[in-house]
Amino acid sequence: MKTGAEILVECLKRENVEVIFGYPGGVLLGIYDTLFDADIKHILPRHEQGGIHAADGYARATGKVGVCMATSGPGATNLVTGITNAYMDSVPLVVFTGQVPTSLIGGDAFQEADIIGITRPIVKHSYLIKDIKELAPSIREAFYIARTGRPGPVVIDLPKDVVASKTKFKYPEKVELLGYNPNYEGHPMQIKKLLKTLEGAKKPVIYMGGGVRISEAHKELLEFVEKINLPVVSSFMGLGGFPGDHPNFIGWLGMHGNYASNMAMTETDFIIAIGTRFSDRSTGRLDGFAPHAKIAHIDIDPASISKNVVIDIPIVGDCKVVLNQILKYIGSYDWEKRKKDRENWLAQIKAWDSEHPFSYKPSKKIIKPQFVVEKIYEVTKGDAIICTEVGQNQMWAGQFYRFKDPRQFISSGGLGTMGFGFPAAIGAKIGRPDKEVFDIAGDGSFLMNMQEICTAVQYRVGVKVAILNNKFLGMIRQWQNLFFNNRYSYSCLECQPDFLKLAESYGCPAFRAEKPEDVEPILREAMKIKDLPVLMDFVVDREENVFPMVPAGAALNEMILGD
Amino acid sequence: MRHIISVLVENKFGVLSRVAGLFSGRGYNIESLSVNTTHDPRFSVMTIVTSGDERIIEQIIKQLRKLINVIKVRDVTPMDHIEREMMLVKVHATSKTRPDIFNIINTFRGKVVDITGDSLIVEITGTDDKNKAFIKVLEPYGIIEVIKTGFVAIARGSKATPDYSKTS
Repeated sequence: MKTGAEILVECLKRENVEVIFGYPGGVLLGIYDTLFDADIKHILPRHEQGGIHAADGYARATGKVGVCMATSGPGATNLVTGITNAYMDSVPLVVFTGQVPTSLIGGDAFQEADIIGITRPIVKHSYLIKDIKELAPSIREAFYIARTGRPGPVVIDLPKDVVASKTKFKYPEKVELLGYNPNYEGHPMQIKKLLKTLEGAKKPVIYMGGGVRISEAHKELLEFVEKINLPVVSSFMGLGGFPGDHPNFIGWLGMHGNYASNMAMTETDFIIAIGTRFSDRSTGRLDGFAPHAKIAHIDIDPASISKNVVIDIPIVGDCKVVLNQILKYIGSYDWEKRKKDRENWLAQIKAWDSEHPFSYKPSKKIIKPQFVVEKIYEVTKGDAIICTEVGQNQMWAGQFYRFKDPRQFISSGGLGTMGFGFPAAIGAKIGRPDKEVFDIAGDGSFLMNMQEICTAVQYRVGVKVAILNNKFLGMIRQWQNLFFNNRYSYSCLECQPDFLKLAESYGCPAFRAEKPEDVEPILREAMKIKDLPVLMDFVVDREENVFPMVPAGAALNEMILGD
Repeated sequence: MRHIISVLVENKFGVLSRVAGLFSGRGYNIESLSVNTTHDPRFSVMTIVTSGDERIIEQIIKQLRKLINVIKVRDVTPMDHIEREMMLVKVHATSKTRPDIFNIINTFRGKVVDITGDSLIVEITGTDDKNKAFIKVLEPYGIIEVIKTGFVAIARGSKATPDYSKTS
């Protein structure tokens, strides 16, 4: 006989969980007492939101399921943003929440919240464990659901008395869920239809998204692209799924994507969309999106197909599996026929790119935020895991760092969660201690979860935080600048802590750069520090904007190009 | 266009709120929803009447299929099917108007289940059209209250509507 707490720990071991990001509380005390002796690493964040974002960053960096835990009531509700964030970006998480004893549920007990009800629209699935016998099977199912198909967060709510009761431990060998059978293999007929259409296309484009990274289909994609010489446009979430320095890589499309990508999507006659959900940030105005193109769409989530854009060739399946199927059939088609067209098309896209590459006006007097990102790329040799906050910093990170590895770029794409980057970087570094991990931050976002410096110092997590400090909510200021007549309504962050003193008060080394020539030496100095977080405060041009920009409601080819 | 969606779900607590929440969260409308267990107590069937163009209905069906507790989803509308809704209608009925009302009830094959001096209650089962027509002809007499069960629908023929033969 084992207690619920012992069963929980045993299940985590069976699932090969290495680390839990958790915050204790009244109803979790039994579990924490068991964890005290368990051979599982536990990280105590300073806020539950920090904990779940760290679990999220860990999951994205490693490809494993992230695990986090919080107590009932406020502990659980503090996870809501993190759960939504993981849901929007298809990140596998198993989230344990404490719950008041079953006898008190519904009575508005101390620290009671209906977390199953609260999180219902933002989870892949959830469980309220009412009987100890359900605990092990539910945990087994939760991990299975979180990591298979289109990954996502699963919540398990644990009433205090259930966890304290005892039963015989048995871990189910197999998971059988009547209503859940993800489809991994694409339909061969549809795949042949895709290849047949591609054979005849003059201006085809691969439009890849986060699904390529999640299913680690990068090698298959590279082989496919090189065999036929196709241009690759990425969504923001797809960055890293295809080598950023490859000659066939065009860039990323959408609101702050590059000119060539947006033009390519406007001119193309055939899009092969792989693992992307056609988000509004990517497509711009829908009736102006890819007006000449037939579209094939490969996605594991059938509901993503034809959700926003009508698809001609739907293929439900896992990106990696389907790309392998494509590679199997590829030899039966005549790729010479349109070879010249494809070469001309690629040359046309390249010409667009050289007309309007990502660029900025360099300065010798003032630090340009883009310059900082370029320098980070240089000093890390393009090999670091880059986490971002949300806003201008995020867009510049996407524009000026070139990613080559599918687990290298960690950013809140769907939800756009300010305060995500720093805790996510801590989680990423814990999962991948061999990698240099940066959080490219804005001052506004960093202030939202800065308490996690304490966590990073305590566990000696060597993450580097690069704040592009413009004393503004930069992206808000940019919109106010472009669309609201420079009326900077409440977007100015004049009152700020002295980030150096703040960091030092936690015992975190910190540097500040005020001139362009200081940027590189500070980065190099920071890189020498291995077992503590480092904070770098880059005082940048306050009024720098992110360009190009597709204004909200405009089509992709209606970009504002800037100076 | 009006669609009737039949959803076979696991008979577990919280499933109804997941289904209903999906509709409200994504801005789809539920015109009627009826739910109960099947002959196999492990399962329930929800019959949902909703409306929307083809793309919305396709999304509704796909999003429903994503729910872990949902086993089968069928759009019954294009199938040859039987649909029924039961209503209880309370209407003013004096000794003067009662014979006329009884005639109407008989024509619509309704059943009087309660009578007082100045009112009566009719139980009536039928399609949307029939039930609406019944209400319309009864309206001049003074309808006091109408209560409906929501629709249930089942495909004609020997196959189950959402085929759950493979679920056992």
